[in-house]
Amino acid sequence: MYEFRVQVGPAAFRIGSAWKRPVNELAELYREYPTPDIADYSVRLEATSLIRRFIRPSVAINGDYILPDAAPLPLAQALLAAEMGMNLQMALGWRRHLLLHASAVEKDGKALIMTGASGSGKSTLSAMLGCKGWRFMGDEFVLLDLLTGAVVPFPRLISLKNTSIGAMQATALDGRFGPLLRDTPKGEIRHLVPARDAIRAMTQPAQPALLLFPSFGFESAVREIAPSEIFIRLTQASTNYVALGEAGFKTLTRFINTVPARAIDYRKGEEAEALVNQLWDDLS
Amino acid sequence: MVLLIQPLDAMTAIYHRRSGITHIVSEPVPQILHRMGGETLTSDEIVERLRVDFDFEEIDARSLITERMDEMAALGLLVRQHV
Amino acid sequence: MLLVDALRDPSSTAALDADGWTALLAMARAEQLIGTLARRLSGLPVPTAVSEILEEARVNAEYQRRSALWEADCARRALVDYVGKVVLMKGTAYAAAGLMASEGRHIGDLDIMVARADLPKVEAALLAAGWEWVKDDAYDDAYYRDHMHELPPLIHKERDRMIDVHHTILPPTARPRPDATTMLADAVALEDGLYVFSHADRAIHSATHLLADGELDGGLRNLWDIHCLLTECTQSNFWSELQSRATHHDLWPAVQRAARMAHRLYGTDIPSGWRTKHWRDGYYIRRLTARDAWGRGTRPMLRLLFYVRSHWLRMPPLMLAGHLWVKWRKRP
Repeated sequence: MYEFRVQVGPAAFRIGSAWKRPVNELAELYREYPTPDIADYSVRLEATSLIRRFIRPSVAINGDYILPDAAPLPLAQALLAAEMGMNLQMALGWRRHLLLHASAVEKDGKALIMTGASGSGKSTLSAMLGCKGWRFMGDEFVLLDLLTGAVVPFPRLISLKNTSIGAMQATALDGRFGPLLRDTPKGEIRHLVPARDAIRAMTQPAQPALLLFPSFGFESAVREIAPSEIFIRLTQASTNYVALGEAGFKTLTRFINTVPARAIDYRKGEEAEALVNQLWDDLS
Repeated sequence: MVLLIQPLDAMTAIYHRRSGITHIVSEPVPQILHRMGGETLTSDEIVERLRVDFDFEEIDARSLITERMDEMAALGLLVRQHV
Repeated sequence: MLLVDALRDPSSTAALDADGWTALLAMARAEQLIGTLARRLSGLPVPTAVSEILEEARVNAEYQRRSALWEADCARRALVDYVGKVVLMKGTAYAAAGLMASEGRHIGDLDIMVARADLPKVEAALLAAGWEWVKDDAYDDAYYRDHMHELPPLIHKERDRMIDVHHTILPPTARPRPDATTMLADAVALEDGLYVFSHADRAIHSATHLLADGELDGGLRNLWDIHCLLTECTQSNFWSELQSRATHHDLWPAVQRAARMAHRLYGTDIPSGWRTKHWRDGYYIRRLTARDAWGRGTRPMLRLLFYVRSHWLRMPPLMLAGHLWVKWRKRP
């Protein structure tokens, strides 16, 4: 197997692949990241059968943790398979922090966290803010320290989908994009490498100061949300809240008691940015 | 301590240590737990203690509270002792 | 094999380099033994990265233990009006009884055993308390009830956890015929009113599960249970009692082989008379240790042989053909 290793924040991954090309692609995109000696988790990109290693090659995502019914991807999307594999290991295995399905950016030592369903825009917003003076901390998972409540960075490649790709290509630097992947289960996907400062600061945490629930496609607005609703939505957004038991409960209640939260609606990136800046000044 | 209780708003989050389950409950559940204070009581005794928190004039307090307690027993938050 | 060596002699891990640790941890995860490994390495100096991984495994094992014991308590409450014995089995039993075998152990679904005649009563009580059937298929249902040693699987609506209700420890169609009635009669009470098998029967069940009922997938974990169960005994007549009970249940060959393998792989202290090697042991050991540095199963032909063997053991050939035929025809 061809092998690739990468350290992202506190997690060390080992990716094995039956084909060389995905490993080369990963090595290129993650060139500025540290290489770990010991892997926390292993992901394996394997052929679904001997024939499918060569003819219409098909990639099954295997590893320490797997989803039994997951559909394999074509070899052209092996990069996506690797990223999905890493997400899966974190989602199913990580117990060192409270894991939230959310994005985060940092300014002045404080973190802004954005969470919501797929399509809410949290990923794109974090990428955009990361190019506008904020430090990018992650677009898929937010890790909360169980003792201090701090947000620990997990800055993987940002996964841009469909229209966000065009929007970010106008803003971000060239040479930091992965290949355009078409016809994936989620449409078009292109990966964006986080800014150099985000990668270099991957061990620097920040105290959370604002929680936002963005909704893309609605007229610009800000709404308050009841604490019980925040609690329920965050437990739903966490893959390991239940497994963490008491530590999870304490971390989440501390978070809700100390971090102001709002729902924001927006139609364009600029609107979102304006709302974010205004709320950040008012509340953080 | 069997339970960790965190009031949120009209709802309260309760972490039950033994099961590891988090329950989101509305009144009168937190009040029942609070007024029981860890003691073993009959339904009537609990209703009496709850008069401090609620105005019972217009409602059938006993059946309402007994229903909530049955639910809590089914979830394991309360243990019913047979006399 | 790295994993076996580390469990048998934890201090041997001092010689591992980074790649060695990565391989050991991947193997341990694949065999669901990482919690056990974490327990065995507790207190020993390990690289920082490894200590974080092991701590994570401990947190996870604690979560599984908590959930398993709670699930057992929910079953106990659902069956509070049932007068017969409700006997916990496997991982949940080890945890409930505070056994060495439960330390760091991965625990999945809840397994209980009750008297065969009482299955309808037990089934009704569980359904009334919020469990429901997992499979809707009538053929599978009939097959389960007639030929298997357990009810079709049940899952609890709200907690999303499964329970397997057994009435004996092997399918009635398998060749050894253990005496379930005696096992139930000899089951030992726990404080809360649930039961576990007697010391000897626990070991017999574990050995049976490993050898007479399975393809040996995940066998290293099962064998570690056996190692713990055989090591924990302090009674002077344990070995003779184990042998005579195993013989009574028609399971002495399985227990003997399991004890031999635990001795050969994990160094379990067994009576010297039990240590005589058997020519087929080598196949079992190679099957058990068929895992590579990425956690992948190796030795595919051997695996296939054992897979076929497991089905052969569960039912006579004609039935097997009929069962597989219906399964094949019903594929979507």
